Amino acid sequence: MGDVSLKKTVLMILGLVVLSLVLTGCGKEQPVLYVYNWGDYIDESILEEFEKETGIKVVYDTFSTNEDMYVKIKSGGSTYDVVFPSDYMVTRMINEGMLLKIDLEKIPNRVHIDPKLMGADYDPKNEYTLPYMWGTLGILYNTTMVEGEVDSWDVLWDARYAKNILMLDSQRDSIGAALLKLGYSINTKDPQELAEAAELLKQQKPLVLAYVVDEGKDKMVAGEAALALTWSGEAMYAIGENPDLSYAIPKEGTNLWFDVMAIPKGAKNIEGAHKFMDFLNRPEIALRNAEYTGYSTPNLAAWEMLPEEVRNDPRAYPSEEVLANTEVFVSLGETLKEYDRIWTEVKAF
Amino acid sequence: MKRLSLTPYVIWMVLFTVVPMLLVLYYAFTVPTEGGTTWSLENFTRFFQPIYLRVFIRSLNLAVISTLICLLLGYPAAMIMAGNAFKRKHVIMLLFVVPMWMNFLLRTYAWLTILERNGFLNSLLTFFSLPRVNILYTNGAVVLGMVYNFLPFMVLPIYSVLSKIDKGVVEAAGDLGANPFQVFIKVILPLSLPGVVSGITMVFMPAMTTFVISRLLGGGQFTLIGNLIEQQFLVVGDWGFGSAISVVMIVVILLSMAVMSFFEGEEKDVALW
Repeated sequence: MGDVSLKKTVLMILGLVVLSLVLTGCGKEQPVLYVYNWGDYIDESILEEFEKETGIKVVYDTFSTNEDMYVKIKSGGSTYDVVFPSDYMVTRMINEGMLLKIDLEKIPNRVHIDPKLMGADYDPKNEYTLPYMWGTLGILYNTTMVEGEVDSWDVLWDARYAKNILMLDSQRDSIGAALLKLGYSINTKDPQELAEAAELLKQQKPLVLAYVVDEGKDKMVAGEAALALTWSGEAMYAIGENPDLSYAIPKEGTNLWFDVMAIPKGAKNIEGAHKFMDFLNRPEIALRNAEYTGYSTPNLAAWEMLPEEVRNDPRAYPSEEVLANTEVFVSLGETLKEYDRIWTEVKAF
Repeated sequence: MKRLSLTPYVIWMVLFTVVPMLLVLYYAFTVPTEGGTTWSLENFTRFFQPIYLRVFIRSLNLAVISTLICLLLGYPAAMIMAGNAFKRKHVIMLLFVVPMWMNFLLRTYAWLTILERNGFLNSLLTFFSLPRVNILYTNGAVVLGMVYNFLPFMVLPIYSVLSKIDKGVVEAAGDLGANPFQVFIKVILPLSLPGVVSGITMVFMPAMTTFVISRLLGGGQFTLIGNLIEQQFLVVGDWGFGSAISVVMIVVILLSMAVMSFFEGEEKDVALW
């Protein structure tokens, strides 16, 4: 009997100790920052450094398309403090009241960002976003399989490369390439211009090997196709893996794109979000990210520290004349349905 | 008491089957207007435009072909497994099931590497001095991917029905003078129909709605109904049209199941479902 009560007492004391430990743990609650970024788009050791320096725990999730991210934020099931949408998605999110204004005063390192990459159409006063990475849409090609110089969108319609062309399974980008070849705006809402682009894409279809997304760069690295419509960051990665590859920005002009940092509505740690954005804009941190991802950084101070051959590579950091001939995607609203219809028509053709 | 124990299942069904179905129906039959929504059949009339019908027919076509191939390959396999000739039937069974433990996406990506121009298959063909083939990014590759992924769903229900057939019935047929072919046509096949019907349904439905296989192995060139639905929800944000296509699919599948159950006969208790 005595034995049993002793056991009980010991258990109770143990219970109390455990409880008190749990409670004190709760007392000193560690602040948490929820970050939602593209897959493989940051040097993850930077997150640890941020945690060490600020004591804020970072919970890091990734997405693979803007649309996935949009649906997840919109449905409201999960809260994030920092998200990384692309330009046209920013317009849509701002229009739908999904982003909070940022306080630029709390991000002193913003001064390092290239002024010519600030204030783009999707957020003219940078009230909601700061650029994270940027780049162009262009043509990745295999120099051993393509004759002559690649400098025009026409090459993607060249019958010599039949079944050697990879297009993007992304409505805006592939329709965009056709519109650029025709000399129209990539944001056109004119049904006539869109019909011409659709016709062009249908003509191109017999030449296309496949419409791909992520697997495109691996196919190019493996020498499975001669030409691919792709984004500059992906292209620079592929070139690093296979030196036979190169990237061209066609002379007709192209799309200039941005992936940005923003704070979604419903964020719980707004203070931490600003700290994180400031941290990512520190020149040495931005440099590490640029080197890790191979994407082009908008951070001038980081750019200056890059190795010369990267810094002066016109494929990753095109000249001002080339940039002058570019256009940023804007959200199309209802016209997007028309793009979808065209794209379905091309692919069901 | 019996009712009480049912409660969790009822709640589950209502939350995750009935409510979502009603939502899909709601989105399918409404269109957004200025400051609200109105009831409309617009989403459905849009579906019956030629381009979308073409997508539908292509999906139906590929799904039927894949299901037939699965049946032709799966039935003999199930018979061998159920027969007495083969002692290690559990090994075969395991070999059918083990690949399913691996991630579906991973297995489909593997085909990508096998079938590509400089891939495993072509290396092998070159090694034996045979002509190279380019199957990746064709309808054939999509069918191959479907057959590969869905074959177990055909074999297992047929096997489970075949192995339950009373051996005495088969022997009796033989004793009464039927040759093996007649035994098969008159006895085994009719008795195994419920399994065949289950198998066909279990292959046909995912084959009709897949979007991953057609995107990866078809190179996105062959939009199937699944791709169309995915695109409406994730890219265009047109939930109404996406829901309408889903409703059409549900109707098609219900119809095909009605036709199936017509053939199923009385032996319903043997079927998997």
